Amino acid sequence: MQFSNTLKRLTAGIMLSGSLIYSGAAMAADTIKVGVLHSLSGTMAISESTLKDTVLMMIEEQNKKGGVMGKQLEPVVVDPASNWPLFAEKTRELISQQGVDVIFGCWTSVSRKSVLPVVEELNGLLFYPVQYEGEESSKNVFYTGAAPNQQAIPAVNYLINELGVERFVLAGTDYVYPRTTNKILEAYLKSKGVADKDIMINYTPFGHSDWQSIVSDIKAFGNQGKKTAVVSTINGDANVPFYKELGNQGVSAQDIPVVAFSVGEEELSGIDTGPLVGHLAAWNYFQSVYNDANDAFIAQWHDFTQDDKRVTNDPMEATYIGFNMWVKAVEKAQSTDTDKVAEAMIGMETPNLTGGMAVMNENHHLSKPVLIGEIQDDGQFAVVWETDGLVKGDAWSDYLPGSKDLISDWSAPTKCGNYNTKTQQCLGSKAMQ
Amino acid sequence: MGHAIGRFLTTLLLAALCNTVLADLATDTGPAPGPGLHDILNQLASRSFDDKEAAIRQLAEQDHPRVVPLLNALMNRDLVQHRDSGAILLGRKNSDGWLLLDPVSEAEQQQVGSRDARPVVINNRLRTVINNQLALRDLASPDSEQRYQAAGQLIGNADPEMLSALTARRAKETVARVQDRIDVALNIATLDNDDLAARLNAIDALADSLHPAAKNALRDRVAASDNPAEMRAAEKALARIEARIERYQTADTLFFGLSLGSVLLLAAIGLAITFGVMGVINMAHGELIMIGAYTTYVIQQLLPNSHEWSLLIAIPAAFMVSALVGILIERFVIRFLYGRPLETLLATFGVSLILQQAVRVIFSPLNRTVVTPEWMSGALEINPVFSLTYNRLYIIFFALAVFLALLTLLKKTRLGLQVRAVSQNRTTARAMGIRSERVNALTFGLGSGIAGIAGVALAQLTNVGPNLGQSYIIDSFMVVVFGGVGNLWGTLTAAFSLGIANKLLEPMAGAVLAKIIVLIFIILFIQRKPRGLFPQRGRAAEE
Repeated sequence: MQFSNTLKRLTAGIMLSGSLIYSGAAMAADTIKVGVLHSLSGTMAISESTLKDTVLMMIEEQNKKGGVMGKQLEPVVVDPASNWPLFAEKTRELISQQGVDVIFGCWTSVSRKSVLPVVEELNGLLFYPVQYEGEESSKNVFYTGAAPNQQAIPAVNYLINELGVERFVLAGTDYVYPRTTNKILEAYLKSKGVADKDIMINYTPFGHSDWQSIVSDIKAFGNQGKKTAVVSTINGDANVPFYKELGNQGVSAQDIPVVAFSVGEEELSGIDTGPLVGHLAAWNYFQSVYNDANDAFIAQWHDFTQDDKRVTNDPMEATYIGFNMWVKAVEKAQSTDTDKVAEAMIGMETPNLTGGMAVMNENHHLSKPVLIGEIQDDGQFAVVWETDGLVKGDAWSDYLPGSKDLISDWSAPTKCGNYNTKTQQCLGSKAMQ
Repeated sequence: MGHAIGRFLTTLLLAALCNTVLADLATDTGPAPGPGLHDILNQLASRSFDDKEAAIRQLAEQDHPRVVPLLNALMNRDLVQHRDSGAILLGRKNSDGWLLLDPVSEAEQQQVGSRDARPVVINNRLRTVINNQLALRDLASPDSEQRYQAAGQLIGNADPEMLSALTARRAKETVARVQDRIDVALNIATLDNDDLAARLNAIDALADSLHPAAKNALRDRVAASDNPAEMRAAEKALARIEARIERYQTADTLFFGLSLGSVLLLAAIGLAITFGVMGVINMAHGELIMIGAYTTYVIQQLLPNSHEWSLLIAIPAAFMVSALVGILIERFVIRFLYGRPLETLLATFGVSLILQQAVRVIFSPLNRTVVTPEWMSGALEINPVFSLTYNRLYIIFFALAVFLALLTLLKKTRLGLQVRAVSQNRTTARAMGIRSERVNALTFGLGSGIAGIAGVALAQLTNVGPNLGQSYIIDSFMVVVFGGVGNLWGTLTAAFSLGIANKLLEPMAGAVLAKIIVLIFIILFIQRKPRGLFPQRGRAAEE
């Protein structure tokens, strides 16, 4: 069954690429090229290949509706293979050689940092669909995932206000996103009066699988009387053995809840979630949200993948919003020119999948609702808390000394990604860390 | 036509009548006056968790046989809200969506689609409330295990009502371990008593408990006390508890080290044959482990109803599949490259990439779920601060069993004798009539098969994905080289000492640094003693 499906997909893929080459030669002038820059092999393939399929699904649907400005969309898929420098090379290839008008891509922050100088140099357009650490704003990038104030800070507030948590374990994978997020969280917790000894910080390598001593440390840290929670920025497939070990060592969500920023429906589809019921995740979207737009999206996804077990997740919603906004912006600008589209993007509104509207702000970040969900035994999340309205993404954190005076505003007249409100200066490339 | 409608109406009326009669019957049997169960349940439709908590507490106060099943149903997400009517009903998930039942009478009401009803959402706070209520009832259970769990749930978060229930139970309780737990719970409560003598007694009793709640209660007592004698007693008790916890933590670290060591041993032991005995640098060793893990997955897919024992079938199956792949690699690649280590290394590295990509094409790049059987989940709890997780425990024994089996095979069987002969001196062995080609293929198959068995065990601990092998190949070579090439006992010693060293360093240096320190140590060690811990002596080693 599995195998025949794979075969079908394989032949479909070969036929698709064949037709791509054909269409590329025959009707190059009549299409708008859309670059898809997601790893299809290597460690990140587990998460990123889903987003590639999402973009292809959105393109297929848009083409059925007649394309954009009367032109068909033509996907150009490349595989940067979870190799960060290769992301930069593939971006150059997409923009210079393939002449794509927009790129949907990247997952890890390190890949985005690698792509950033290339899209800026070649004046390309990148839609980045994953929650990230902030401290960045580029003229050429639209960030449709959550900034720390749309995920990490509300989640910690929930822990403090609703669960009465007083001690925090900040556990993360050892790279730029967890380190920056934890720096922001540490500063935030201290501003809330949490003492140094009540914060434990732990980093592990990518793909870590031997969690026994770390979980045992967490257990000992949490057994000191004060209510303890783990704030997890553990990324990728290291989460599966982490949660398994939590279950095996009997750490239940009632004793020490774990709130995760990188664990969604896709990651949970790899584990038996019975022992994990009640652990939390903070996102801007969950598959379990009940409304017609989401039902339709899920049905479309099952239809496209021909597999009604496939789950949807937050980065998919971010891709959905980004793609729809780009289509609207191109139609508004009546051009695919980067500068014109980027200008049309600001203030753009499209429906999100949680029953509201997503708004693109002048800092190239979205306004989104923040949801906290608890893991259920069927691998889905039940929403237990949500913000009253939309939260506006903040590119520069207010809790770090280096960035609290910075704002990003790409609308006229400021047109600057890192404007210092105190000195009234645009730092330009000097602010890059 | 009219007839049909009439019949339909009659059925409908009859059904409605039945329902009311049943509901009446249900309320008749319940002696409790006040709001009916239905009314209380319907309060669960509120979005506020405070309202839900009030409803749960009200439900728990009812004296009705359906209270416990309903609390359990709420816990298991079997209570659902019907989208159209808003009523709270019992929902059974089936292939068409939900079958809705009356929560009190369990009479079938209607079938709706999967998104027409949604489970009542509860959060951790409500789960604790429900668990406490269920534990309170379980205290009277005839099953001592249930009473034991219930007493454990109530330690540290008992309210006065629960305390009186615990006191009542303590008088009747006959099973020692349940008595102990109830005593801890009662003594913790006594620490807040106004009577100094009672408090001192409780402090004395708690000094023997390792339960975290006991420690925290004692610490609070030290902070709150104004009596020097009591403070001294509490501090002494705390010191005693801390010392015992420290001892158990050392034991914990040792266990973690042994467990990591057994994983290293499993990963390396196949390589100890192919690399150690045959001298082939096989970079595809990790992928043979991966194939074993995927075999486990496939077996579980083929036998969907027997997860409890499918692992027992997976072990020989993984051995066969990996051994077969290994023999194919030997016959078609390595055979032509004996004596040319650099070419072997490159060729097998190529094979490893091919195998990874093949798995991506066949199974997709996403990780696959391997189900952990019930008997491998959870932990053997020795006391509240020291428990051994079952999966790790079994894998330690499994690794040792595989090691002993392999040792016996090499030392006691005819094949083992031939393997040793060929690896020591190929020409002489051939002169004695050994078919060295066949022995080479079989030996390589044996090493690969054992890698496959390692895959079955690792599938229980880590992700089954195309990258599984890559993460173990370096560790495997590290263990074999450190232990001394060609020496199985060396591999065993190396695996366990590296595992324990890693775990001793981890709390001090962190997971990332601990691994680096171990690697640097091995590099330095190999510089000093290039042949590892237990170098092989004799002519073979001189080559």
